[in-house]
Amino acid sequence: MRRAALILIPYLWLLVFFLVPFVIVLKISLSDVALARPPYTPQFDLSLGWEGIRSFFSELDFENFVFLTTDDLYWKAYVSSLKIALVSTLLTLLAGYPIAYGMARAPNEWRPTLLMLVILPFWTSFLIRVYSWMGILSNEGTLNTVLLWLGVIDTPLQIMNTNSAVYIGIVYTYLPFMVLPIYSALEKMDESLIEAAEDLGCSKLAAFWLVTWPLSRNGIIAGCFLVFIPAIGEFVIPSLLGGSGTLMIGKVLFEEFFSNRDWPVASAVAVILLLILIIPIILFQRNEQKAREAEG
Amino acid sequence: MRRFSWFNVTSLTLGFAFLYLPMILLVVYSFNESRLVTVWAGFSTKWYGELFRNKEFLDAAWVTLKVAIFSSTIATVLGTMAAYVLVRAGRFAGRTLFSGMIYAPLVMPEVITGLSLLLLFIGIGLDRGVLTIVLAHTTFSMCYVSVVVSSRLTSFDRSLEEAALDLGCSPFEAFRLVTLPIIAPAVISGWLLAFTLSLDDLVIASFTTGPSATTLPIKIFSAVRLGVSPEINALSTLLIGIVTAGVITASIVTKRAAVAQARDEQAAERSE
Repeated sequence: MRRAALILIPYLWLLVFFLVPFVIVLKISLSDVALARPPYTPQFDLSLGWEGIRSFFSELDFENFVFLTTDDLYWKAYVSSLKIALVSTLLTLLAGYPIAYGMARAPNEWRPTLLMLVILPFWTSFLIRVYSWMGILSNEGTLNTVLLWLGVIDTPLQIMNTNSAVYIGIVYTYLPFMVLPIYSALEKMDESLIEAAEDLGCSKLAAFWLVTWPLSRNGIIAGCFLVFIPAIGEFVIPSLLGGSGTLMIGKVLFEEFFSNRDWPVASAVAVILLLILIIPIILFQRNEQKAREAEG
Repeated sequence: MRRFSWFNVTSLTLGFAFLYLPMILLVVYSFNESRLVTVWAGFSTKWYGELFRNKEFLDAAWVTLKVAIFSSTIATVLGTMAAYVLVRAGRFAGRTLFSGMIYAPLVMPEVITGLSLLLLFIGIGLDRGVLTIVLAHTTFSMCYVSVVVSSRLTSFDRSLEEAALDLGCSPFEAFRLVTLPIIAPAVISGWLLAFTLSLDDLVIASFTTGPSATTLPIKIFSAVRLGVSPEINALSTLLIGIVTAGVITASIVTKRAAVAQARDEQAAERSE
């Protein structure tokens, strides 16, 4: 009896607030826009009985999905989200690997402090961390002021409101997600392996490439997915740092819903976004499972 | 004894400079006299004064705090139950769906979670405001709580619970007297995580709120959309200060607790 209640309470909560809303999105993505409240048809009308249910299903169609393929704004936004996510993931890896490596090879008594320093920004508001770059990257911002003063440039660099600002924002905010899994992979590594490789005639670089890099592979893959997956649907970073030319699907969805009030199309955008995300999510879980099996 | 190598010192210095410089600049410029964020015009705390006179920000802060306290507390209870179900309840019908629903919200883009919950609230005719944000935040943060708690539940020795049951405890007493004290650190960090996630959330709150309830992130976002503002710098500095103090306190407390636990375990082993 108690066991049933224990299972049912969280189960029902998730059904009502996670699964049902998602079914509603799916349903509205198949509906038509209407000038009504709520602004879509058909509505579910049980009072009409069986006939009502049949007409409800017969009115659903894939029109919105067809519309998404005809207006090139949408597929361009999907492609550009994937591209921005991919480029920033690689940049995050470039920035994160040396940090993780430095942490894993630091003296033991330093490691807890370094670990805390990497985690601390994660607890600080995401929005504030993105905002902090607005003052740095703008035309009169800190970066341009310093570069002008040093005489490196004559005219301010236009970084704010471009894709470069979005890359910087994503690298900055997601860096801890890259550093932590790589650090934990590197930390577990047996360092005598490097010594062995060097004794056997490897240069330091070759030893890194042939021993350290492959052994940290699971951490690298995990870190890349942890950055790539949320970056695709990112909304805050492109809307604060990106410009009008920055197309990202999270932003398109937000605007479709709030500015254009086209709920069926916004829902269709969401459904496709989710379908796109399923592939990297499955790959990520496979990698995690393999890593666990390798350890166990 | 291991030492820092040159390469490691350089990469760590550059890395941490990258992570911390933007926030340091933010804090520094919050004490700037001038409204222009990039021109230093002398030290001043006037933006903090402006901030505390701004009723809209104070109201938003109060709404945010209420939402965070309620949602993180409910999420901790539900998340702990869910973790217990996942780790201990064995097989039951729909278990795969259940664990799927626990893990899916962790990777779900916020825009989709927000959109779908809004459509639900409109569908059932619930007025949007504090209540709907609490429901939305509870739903995604309970999943984080249950991941944190279930990893602790998997790692602890089950025979302790069985011993309590053998000695005549009811299952609920065994949970309260044995399991809960052991998983308490994970439950507390789950609560903290849920609390921070709720404080921080912009996207889901924007979808699920109505005109009656504006949270701090929504207020900040609409203020900074058009550019940098010194009041927001002052507000950010306060928030960064609170979080830093909180994280440092928490790490000291957990370190002490770990030391105390290690001592207890040693004592228990000696007495055997």
